[in-house]
Formats: sequence, structure tokens, C-alpha cells
Amino acid sequence: MSDANLNYRNVIASELSVGDALPEFELPITAKLVVSTAMASQDFQDVHHDKDAAIAKGTPDIFMNILTTNGFVGRYLTDWAGPGSRIKKIQFNLGAPNFPGDTMIMSGEVTELSQEGEHHLAHVNFKGKNGMGNHVSGVAVVQLAGAQQNGGANG
Amino acid sequence: MSDSSAADILNKIKPLMHKRVGPYNSWNPVSRTQIWQWCSAMGDHNPLYLDDQYRAEHSEFAADKAVAPPAMMQMWSMRDVNGHDGPGSTTDNLFEILDALEQEGYAGIMAVSYDQTFHRYLEEGDRAHHYSTIINVSDLKTTGIGKGFFVTQLAEFMDQNDELFAEARITYFKYQVPKKPAGASKPSAPGKINRIHPVENHDHAHFWQGLRDGKLLIQKCDDCGELRHPPQPMCEHCQSLRWSTIESKGKGTVYTYTVMHYPEIPPFDYPNAIVLVDLEEGVRIVSQLIGTKPDDIKVGMSVEMKLTEVQEDMTLPLFHAADPSTTEKP
Repeated sequence: MSDANLNYRNVIASELSVGDALPEFELPITAKLVVSTAMASQDFQDVHHDKDAAIAKGTPDIFMNILTTNGFVGRYLTDWAGPGSRIKKIQFNLGAPNFPGDTMIMSGEVTELSQEGEHHLAHVNFKGKNGMGNHVSGVAVVQLAGAQQNGGANG
Repeated sequence: MSDSSAADILNKIKPLMHKRVGPYNSWNPVSRTQIWQWCSAMGDHNPLYLDDQYRAEHSEFAADKAVAPPAMMQMWSMRDVNGHDGPGSTTDNLFEILDALEQEGYAGIMAVSYDQTFHRYLEEGDRAHHYSTIINVSDLKTTGIGKGFFVTQLAEFMDQNDELFAEARITYFKYQVPKKPAGASKPSAPGKINRIHPVENHDHAHFWQGLRDGKLLIQKCDDCGELRHPPQPMCEHCQSLRWSTIESKGKGTVYTYTVMHYPEIPPFDYPNAIVLVDLEEGVRIVSQLIGTKPDDIKVGMSVEMKLTEVQEDMTLPLFHAADPSTTEKP
């Protein structure tokens, strides 16, 4: 997926229909990922870096913090919609924690297309599912890039 | 733990609601280093954030200022590693209500939902702070993890000009941690949730073994020749106990179907289409339809079996549309 981003391709409104699926994204959860993203998001709660402390609090291992979940939702949306898109809203519910050793698979679907002034908006349902169920599920509104933004921006 | 009733607790904490506290200041202005650290940890290669040339040529932002991913909203005014708010922050307790609930015995806390609106992306050099207001406390609720109250916080994220750049309604569940029995074992390793393995006994082991061998087997009465499915020991037509099997071609039509949406129970994928298939051989089988969007499923549509190893040691005869035009785009 990361290689595709380097093409700087934007999804534009005219090529979208309600019901279109977003490409799936598979994220292996590792202790390194949990710790490095917790630090990058300034979250020093021990359950995100100290396994013994996490176990003492009743969970089997350290687990991903919410700001990171938010970050991956944001990345998932713009990996799909392209760098010319702008995220307007993200609403989600949290479920099964992301523990190291698990894999989260993100999927999504376009549920509505609307217009606000000159901007086209895509409404997206998304979820990130791990081995225990949905880690995150919700809806987002993404302002799409204009058609002219793809000119010369590819490759 | 106090024995206050839920009503007493709510009476005590309701006056603490709707009090806007802040500012909670950031330790540092929005910086390229922290944006890089975030993007690198998250594997986010969106060129808008850190590629100056991309911004110059393809965006409304300045070339020389890194742009912060919107989801970083909350981290700019987070506490430092020692738990201290940024310089000049209020000393008012952001979580007065949560602390009050803790004193009443509701010590557990879990964030359950985020509802965020982004008004503008921050750029390098911007400076964030936030204000917080508890805007709702629910009645006492009982959930899978215990009894407690849902508490909703409105966080307003402002820039150096006191303009709102993002806002979030964050709902927490503040709950009574269930008492563990003495000597309770340590939590077990996080496990993957699998489908329940069917019981295999004398009457239907042939069916499951057949699937593992790559065949969908249908029982046939050795006396009257009638086919039957699901497997059973006796022929319902002639009561014979003698039977053998034939191999189904796995082709048929949808007799009826139902689509399960909620609740989402792991490990299944949702929406989950369950079909009752009329097999060409003349018996019906319940299975899962894959690859077709729920709206495109039609009674009578032609389907074909695809033997699928859904998990280790479990092969199931899933079905997909036979007509490629009703199959989901890859």
C-alpha cells in the first residue's frame, strides 16, 4: 500500500459510486509498533509500553493507544483518497484492543457522496478488525481532491 | 466502596458538568520533528505532511512549513513524560467528575468513542492548546465489563489565535472494576477467536471428512435411492439405515437467504450473507455466500461451491455467484 502512495494519486468524485469498497489494509501489530506510536503520540501511559504493568492491570499484554488508532484511521483514509484529500470528520467506536501478535485488517465502503460549495465529499464507513473482533468501527467524511489536482501529479 | 445509589451519585456530580476548564497548553509549537516522528511510526507517507516540493506544487499550504496530520490534533497539548501540562496551563482538574466517580467506587475507565471534526490542518509553527468540558453523564448502565456511567467530554482544540482548529466529543465508560476472586489467575495471552468446530460423530463424520478431501458428499439411501442432507442416520422415506454417498457438483440456485449485519460477532465478516442453496442433485444446503454485495443477491440466482479452508483444519463449502456480472468487483 505504501508504494501506491508514492504515486500521489487522488481519488476524484466522478470515479466514485456509493457502495465502492476501499482497498483493504493489513497492519501487523508488534510491540515495536505499539511502543513507537505511543511515544510519537505523546502517550506515556504504562499500558502502552510496559508489559508487566499492563498485566498487573488485567490485560495480557501492552496494547495500542487510541491516538494511534486515530492516526491509522487518518492514514487509511488519505492512503485511499490521496494527498489532495482533506479529512473533515472522523467518528468511531472502540472495541477489541490491538495486542502484539495480532493483525488488524482495515476495510471501508463509500456510503454517500455529497457536495459542499465547490467541494465533493465522500462519506465512508470503515472498520479495523483483529483476531478478537472489531478494534475500531466508524464513519468519516473526506473532502476529495478536485479533478485538476491529478494533472501532472501522477508518478 | 460507598453504597451511594446511582441517583445520589448523579446528584453529586451533575453540578460539576458544563464547567469549561483550560487552557491546557502545548510544550512546543507544531514542529517538523514531531510530525516526522508520528508519520514514521505510523508508516504514513502522505506527501502533504513532509514533502515541501509536493506542497508547493499541489497544495494550498506553504512550501516551507510541514503540515500536521489532522489526527495529531490531541497530541500537541498532551502532558510530558512526567505527567506535567505545558507551561501556563490551568491547574484546574480536567477530570474532576472522573475523580468523583472513582471515589464512589467506579475506578475503571475506558474510552469508548471519538467524534471529531477538523476545521483546519495545523502547520509548523502553529501553537495548540485545548479546553475541556464534561457535557454529559449517563444514568447508571450495565455492560459486559461491569456497571458504570458513560461520561462525554467536549475537547476544543485551539490555535495561537484562539481559533478552533478541531473539536472532539470523547465518551468514556467509568465503571466498577469487578472484584477478582482470590488467587485469580493471570490474564491469558490474547487469543484469536475461531469458528466453533463442528462435532463429528458416527452419523456425519463422513461429511466433514469429505470436505477435507475436497468433496461435498450427499447421503443416498441404499434401499429407496432418495438423497438427503443434512446427514442423518435413517432415511425419512423408507426408514432404511443403509446408506452411501454421492459427490455433489456444487452447483445450484439460491432458494432463500438472510443477511446478518448486527451484532458483529468475531470471527465472521459482515455483512454476512447466509444462503439456503437448492443443489442440482435435489437437496438443500445452508452456507455462506461470498463475493456478492447483499443488494445484489437474488432468490433463484445461480451459485457455485468453493471449498474454502476458513481456518486450520476446517474446510467449508462456501458459495459464490455463478454469473460473473453479479460478482463484486475485485
